[in-house]
Amino acid sequence: MTASRLTFFLVVASIIALAAAATLGSTPMEFSRVVAAIFGRSSAGDMIVVWEIRLPRALAAFVVGAALGASGAALQGLLRNPLAEPGVLGVTATASLAATFTLYYGVASTWPYTLPVSSIAGALAATALLAAAAMRIQSVVTLILLGVGLSSFAAAAMSLLLNLAPNPFSLSDMINWLLGSVANRSFEDLKITAPFIAAGIAILYLSRRGLSALTLGEEAASGVGLNLRRQRIAVVLGAGLATGAAVALAGAIGFVGIVAPHIVRPFVNHDPARSLVPSALLAGLILVVADIGVRLLPTNAELKLGVVAALIGAPAFVWIAIQRRAIHD
Amino acid sequence: MTELTATGLSVNVDNVALLSGATLSLGSGELVAILGPNGAGKTTLLRALLGLTPMVSGKSVVDGENIADLSPMQRARRISYLPQQRPLAWPNSVRDVVSLGRFAHGAALGRLGNVDAHAVDDAIEACNLVALANRRTDNLSGGELARVHFARALAAQTPLLVADEPVAALDPRHQLSISDLIRRYVDGGGGALVVLHEVSLAARFADRLLWMRDGRIVADGSPKDTLTAERMRDIYGVDARVELDNEGFDVRIKSAL
Repeated sequence: MTASRLTFFLVVASIIALAAAATLGSTPMEFSRVVAAIFGRSSAGDMIVVWEIRLPRALAAFVVGAALGASGAALQGLLRNPLAEPGVLGVTATASLAATFTLYYGVASTWPYTLPVSSIAGALAATALLAAAAMRIQSVVTLILLGVGLSSFAAAAMSLLLNLAPNPFSLSDMINWLLGSVANRSFEDLKITAPFIAAGIAILYLSRRGLSALTLGEEAASGVGLNLRRQRIAVVLGAGLATGAAVALAGAIGFVGIVAPHIVRPFVNHDPARSLVPSALLAGLILVVADIGVRLLPTNAELKLGVVAALIGAPAFVWIAIQRRAIHD
Repeated sequence: MTELTATGLSVNVDNVALLSGATLSLGSGELVAILGPNGAGKTTLLRALLGLTPMVSGKSVVDGENIADLSPMQRARRISYLPQQRPLAWPNSVRDVVSLGRFAHGAALGRLGNVDAHAVDDAIEACNLVALANRRTDNLSGGELARVHFARALAAQTPLLVADEPVAALDPRHQLSISDLIRRYVDGGGGALVVLHEVSLAARFADRLLWMRDGRIVADGSPKDTLTAERMRDIYGVDARVELDNEGFDVRIKSAL
């Protein structure tokens, strides 16, 4: 399967998954009713279920997945390591920490952009720090350890905020961020965050050719004509915007940015540039399907998407790490 | 006719001079080998020449244009650079790696235009890689991989080539095959500047030898003029016997001083 056929297949699968997400749920609805509701020719009740509950939620899952998948693929290309990902590198945790701050101080509700902007700022700070460190540190393993440190520090700071939470409401707000979910998201939430995600993915898309060149290593990549500085800035900015906005929309959802590119890579000749779009689509698809699963599972309290993603993703991360034949540094 | 001239290149790192006042020229149809012990500043010289490292002073000019003023892509269309080999990050196909040589011409992997595809095919053929073109690079031998890297540099179709130890860690046969490829590139009108450790190999293939020690170029001339037992002692600190016969130079290293 070539890259373009894979992309086509993933687009079709994503549309089917989104349609399924709009159809399946606690209120049984036939597909024809869903279609009627989508095109605005249905009862008010159906319209609310489809347009205000299921569709925004499914789209949020897709958009968040796409952001994390594209960021993961781009960071892996930049750092030349399949284990690089916003979650592992501490970008997600730093963004969640920044978002948690606004919840802690209760300023998140004062202006709808407060939370997204602070979350994006957190993500950008983390990616910029990593890229700056990458210039001095040659070893990718060291870099990933730096991400682990960043992650741990953000988790510690988050625990501190939970510890000092002024009231149970902000405590439960913050815990929701830690767990990660797309439940009860509205088109309003999407309207605020999706443009940042789109901008981030667009930046990554435009700089994707440089990711192929980086396969050769930084020295040879600049030898064939890559402007390394510009490439780093583009990936930091793109991954920071996309991941930050994704965290603002859904909280911390880990590992999907590792798993999706890993599955995609063999189909695109292991070229990081060609893996970018399919990785975004596949990660979106995975989260939409996982979110359907979360909704349908008959548990007492609804499972959080981030919890499920981590339960599946963390073992996958370990598997990929063990499979690596050699560590190149 | 393309010419690269560098004057007074000096590089300091943490107040230590890695390169002091290096001056050299490289023209079309010329193979220049850089010789010198480890730490003599050979790699630094190449990087300074290409504007890849900050310099205290000096400038390098290719065809009347200061390299510092060129964008990375503009530079890459004039000079191919083959750095010391680093492992590839991903198990790409041979053809894809060679195609990366067309990066400065705007080529994107998997969607090569006619001109790019042609250049890639030519390079693959010149380096004897046709049979391996669709193989993954992670299960090639060191010698095959060296040919892939060289093909990548050839595919750029630049008038000049700068290579840092292209035959390091290769067996004698592969050393010769890579050296042959460089020689053919030069005979075809290119100009090559190559760091080598094998003195006899350099004497056999190069038109000029550029001897370096302690960050300085101490001699620059034809093998006949510059390769002597005294030079070997002076540069490498070894006692060597240097003889010239019908088959070329014979350099035998007897002992370290």
